[in-house]
Amino acid sequence: MSDACKVTAERRGDVAVLWTDGYINNQGGEEIAREAYSQLESGARALVMNLEKTRIVNSIGISILIEVLERVMDRKGVLAFCGLTPTIDKTFRIMGLAQYATIYRTQEEALQAVSPRV
Amino acid sequence: MVQRKTAPPTPQIGGSRDISLDIPVAPEMEIVATAQAAALGEHVGMSRDKIDEVKLALVEACINAFEHAHTRDERLHLTFRLGRDEGGGDWLEVEVFDQGRGFDHLRIEPPTPEQTFQGKRKRGWGLQIIRSLMDGVQISSGDWGTRIVMRKYK
Repeated sequence: MSDACKVTAERRGDVAVLWTDGYINNQGGEEIAREAYSQLESGARALVMNLEKTRIVNSIGISILIEVLERVMDRKGVLAFCGLTPTIDKTFRIMGLAQYATIYRTQEEALQAVSPRV
Repeated sequence: MVQRKTAPPTPQIGGSRDISLDIPVAPEMEIVATAQAAALGEHVGMSRDKIDEVKLALVEACINAFEHAHTRDERLHLTFRLGRDEGGGDWLEVEVFDQGRGFDHLRIEPPTPEQTFQGKRKRGWGLQIIRSLMDGVQISSGDWGTRIVMRKYK
């Protein structure tokens, strides 16, 4: 079996868009973190994480996303999420992710919001 | 925490339909369990979003047990029940039972986002997530193990 999370990324100037596909557990979270840190190291100042192809997460995966968010905040960067299912959105809010990162409905909205801020 | 040597019997619920599933304590087995929950949720016409909530709560219950229970038999014993209460509300209930060392859930301090961010305590959200996503949650635990019963109304 594997619902292992695949992560792809594309750079648009200072903004990196990351797409996830699959279960965000510890391995999925680590995959995302690896790509996110690589983008930050190569100069990205804003990350947009599009989770529209992820329907299930767990709290371990989310805790890794929180570590990514902390690193982005340390660099005075911006992290935005989009494409969340209502359940993932609710879980992000329970864990407080929405207090520190911004959640947008669509990728377009997220890109429009973060682009002027970087 | 009530200390018992053997697990209390599973409450019998009149008219409910039960399905049992044992899963090994192994990576990603929680996803196998969610497939059963999804199938039953679809069977009773539960919305996709509510099914997702049941799945996520079940994932949290399973990974909590995987990580902390130290089960004697290296397995989790799951029971899925469909039923209807006196008011006519249809529900899906998921029970996660482990024969581990038990824990006192009343003494677990819920985490806060402030502790989580810029702090060292990133974990420990499982029970809070379960309680937030499900309509009813009962936890019993002792030397015999832990039983978490989670109910979601259609």
